[in-house]
Amino acid sequence: MRRSFTQIKDNQRETRLLQSRVTFMTAFMGLLALVLLARMIHLQVVRYDHYATISDENRIQTSPIAPNRGLILDRNGIVLAENRPSFSLNIIKEQAGDMDRLLATLQSLLKLGDEDIRRFRERLRRGRPLESLPLHARLTDEELAIVAVNRHRLPGVRIETELVRYYPHAELLSHALGYVNRINEKDLELLDPVNYDGTHYIGRTGVERQYESVLHGRVGYQQVETNAYGRIMRVLDRVDPQPGSNLGLYLDMDTQKAAFDGLAGRRGAVVALDTLTGGILAFASTPGFDPNLFVTGISGPDYRYYADHPDRPLYNRAIQGQYPPGSTIKPMVALGALHYGTMSPETSIADPGFFRLPGDSHQYRDWKKGGHGMVDVRRAVIQSCDTYFYTVGHRMGIDKLAGFLGGFGLGQKTGIDIPNELSGVLPSSAWKRKALRQPWYGGETISVVIGQGYMLMTPLQLAAATATLANRGFTVTPTFVRRIDDADLPPPPRRRTVVVDKPEYWDIIDEAMEGVLQPGGTASQVGRGLQYRMAGKTGTAQVKGIAQGATYRESEVAERHRDHALFMAFAPADSPRIAVSVIVENGAHGSTTAAPIARAVVDAWLLKQPDFVPLAPATATAPAAPVEAEE
Amino acid sequence: MSDFLRQLPGSSQRSRWARYLHVDQPLLTLLALFCLLSLLVLYSAGGESLDTVLRQAVRMLMGFAVMLVLANIPPRTLRFWSPWIFLGGLALLFAVMFFGEISKGAQRWLDIPGLGRFQPSEIMKLSLPMMLAWYFHERPLPPRWSHLGIAMVIIMVPVLLIAEQPDLGTSLLVAAAGLLVVFFAGLSWRLIGGAVVVFIPVAWVLFEYVLHDYQRQRVLTFLDPEADKLGAGWNVIQSTAAIGSGGITGKGWLNGTQSHLEFLPESHTDFIVAVYAEEFGTIGMVLLLLAYAAIIGRCLWMSLQAQDTFNRLLASTLSVTFFVYLFVNIGMVSGLLPVVGVPLPLVSYGGTSIVTLMAAFGIIMSIHTHRKMTGR
Repeated sequence: MRRSFTQIKDNQRETRLLQSRVTFMTAFMGLLALVLLARMIHLQVVRYDHYATISDENRIQTSPIAPNRGLILDRNGIVLAENRPSFSLNIIKEQAGDMDRLLATLQSLLKLGDEDIRRFRERLRRGRPLESLPLHARLTDEELAIVAVNRHRLPGVRIETELVRYYPHAELLSHALGYVNRINEKDLELLDPVNYDGTHYIGRTGVERQYESVLHGRVGYQQVETNAYGRIMRVLDRVDPQPGSNLGLYLDMDTQKAAFDGLAGRRGAVVALDTLTGGILAFASTPGFDPNLFVTGISGPDYRYYADHPDRPLYNRAIQGQYPPGSTIKPMVALGALHYGTMSPETSIADPGFFRLPGDSHQYRDWKKGGHGMVDVRRAVIQSCDTYFYTVGHRMGIDKLAGFLGGFGLGQKTGIDIPNELSGVLPSSAWKRKALRQPWYGGETISVVIGQGYMLMTPLQLAAATATLANRGFTVTPTFVRRIDDADLPPPPRRRTVVVDKPEYWDIIDEAMEGVLQPGGTASQVGRGLQYRMAGKTGTAQVKGIAQGATYRESEVAERHRDHALFMAFAPADSPRIAVSVIVENGAHGSTTAAPIARAVVDAWLLKQPDFVPLAPATATAPAAPVEAEE
Repeated sequence: MSDFLRQLPGSSQRSRWARYLHVDQPLLTLLALFCLLSLLVLYSAGGESLDTVLRQAVRMLMGFAVMLVLANIPPRTLRFWSPWIFLGGLALLFAVMFFGEISKGAQRWLDIPGLGRFQPSEIMKLSLPMMLAWYFHERPLPPRWSHLGIAMVIIMVPVLLIAEQPDLGTSLLVAAAGLLVVFFAGLSWRLIGGAVVVFIPVAWVLFEYVLHDYQRQRVLTFLDPEADKLGAGWNVIQSTAAIGSGGITGKGWLNGTQSHLEFLPESHTDFIVAVYAEEFGTIGMVLLLLAYAAIIGRCLWMSLQAQDTFNRLLASTLSVTFFVYLFVNIGMVSGLLPVVGVPLPLVSYGGTSIVTLMAAFGIIMSIHTHRKMTGR
């Protein structure tokens, strides 16, 4: 734009100008091309690893393969818990489009409850991208058909097969096995996120919970290549899962059925132990519930039915029901009395039908009006003479008594291999100071000594104590699981917890307990026709206090206020193999409601043993004298 | 390079048909080879769809036809029509403003019955440089102030109309084409320096007050793609991952996972170079840039031989705009520049771009083959 520039176009000058401009532009373009090249080298050479990783993470998805849960079998190989294929309706959020519309469609098609939808939305909230989330489990054939027909209206909906836990015996074993159900948010905080990556169910109660780690197995993996929409293009790598181990229980289904059927229609519990190993042969708590309802998520009405039922079917009476043991502790107290010399085997006391503490007018009544007459230790057990034991309690004192009963496991958890067992109460002066901040009163010993007052035991504890009596002081630990896959587990070691001065004291107690089932004993009716020698003891636990001077008339008492009936037994008396405890809530009489169940349970177990030899008929069919109902 | 270009088959001794058809044989050979190879890339990028490749091949043939037609129009005729084409283009841009079809939030398309849908802004890529070359043809160079002012007005009118559609990418490309004419006309270096100094505050004002939200978002996303991973930043994150994961040698033809598994959006259109870089690596990219360099080199060499102002300015500008397209495209796909929707010349799937480019090559050929054979 110089002034001197002429208007005339100068072609040569323009050519030179263009040449210089083109040269400059060529150099400039070369420079920019180098910038592009530098960028490529930066991306493809310098940062190759970084971008290769991003690209691989895009396409390679590692998806877990859940292991199959181990089976649970009884001692004879009968399947108690298995896995059955079941169809579930799952939704992949990213493929569903309008989720609200889809859910509304499904709800009307399959008649799903609002509760199902709500729970699904919760899963949706914490679901991973492209995760297939379950909406509805266990589709029926009809539901499958509905989904198939309406396929086009249901984007993102997938029918998936999964193995779902199934308990073929339902109520029969509900409290022993427990159940599995869906893993919830709280579980996720505690679980190994790797091993449970593909698992949807977890053992919630019972054996299922206790042996979760054994039953679960190890997760497997599948590495797949997916496209941007999550569709699997090919499988790159696969590590098979390691299935969970199968559990073989000590439980015997015949014995279990005898226990469960014996309790039919009643509230109660039965525990039967193998006295040698502590293996649980039968474990029943009634009413039971159907664990299958809980597996895929129990519906609101079903849950309310169980939760609101007056008989409390969800309550595991065998390990959580704490009952006064009543007279069932008398054999143990009698043994203590002999051991401490409170009573000698020959000592007899006169029973006027009541007991009075020195300097007190309060009458502690015997269950039998007018008393049992002259009573020694055998007769005291056989006839369940309260006055004899009142005297023992008074003479022995609470702490000696508690110390001795402690050897039978009272007040302690048995260590059974399922969770949530309670320990009962073994009262002592120290216990009372601690628990109630009160001193012990002598009169309280009088009720404790016949298994009342503060004393509480679970049916499991009673069975374990019975086994200790049967084993003459050796305590076993109640155990469900006998083998894992093909390997037998060693039973927990027996511990000697009761030692008595003279071994013949055991004979005296055994003999007396056998007498309970013989003519003149409190359970003589049940003893009729026994094909083996059985030692037992009846018990009755008061539900309602009876005022001084009043008489207990069961016909006038509402069923719920009737006494609990108890029975404990072991057999054969000379070489015990099984120990049983039975509690029937509001069963009124141990001898008539609880003892027959115990007999049926022991029969079911002993009579089928290959080495079982029936007693000579003469003994077995001894005539029985009618005996008054106890207490 | 220019030695090599001169040695290309037929370049030293033009065959009879080439002379008759006014075709530059070296450039035609280069373009044909390039188009064939780009169809291979498109086959992979388009999900191995033969249909896509065939449709693109048809468009390429259409492009070659347009090239042939333009190559046979003498530059003088082109120059004569330049102002009218420009005015017609402006009229169409106004028409878009009032009757245009809205697609993806922008009003860019004009639907003419019988001709189908097309973007009038595409015409401006050619007609603006033609108009400016026409304007400077009659005037002494380097241009005077007053001529520069008028040239700027000629540039700003279509650029603003296109920016208003809004189509920032095309308006910038059109502006670049116009400015290149002014540069080749001999814009003084002092003014260029001054413009760069002025540009920065102007860019800021544009960003703050003129750009649409989505355009501003694009610029912001360009500055930090991670800030909006699944939204606007997704494209660039995936395209850089595609390029980077290709490494030096690439994953091999049809083996690019980013595109074949559909992580890379627009993989056969604007982002096709990411597919190429993923499958052929740095080596492939070097070869691609060399191929482009050969085409541009041949065009610039022809521009230098052009015989009058209109021809010189137009040919050199069209040669360099070709580079601008590829630089902006590769720059945006590799994360150097904001995403502005510019296809990779001759490779990206789509008809308009191919036809415009081929038309430009036709004009350059026309300029070259209509020279008066006077010894220089």
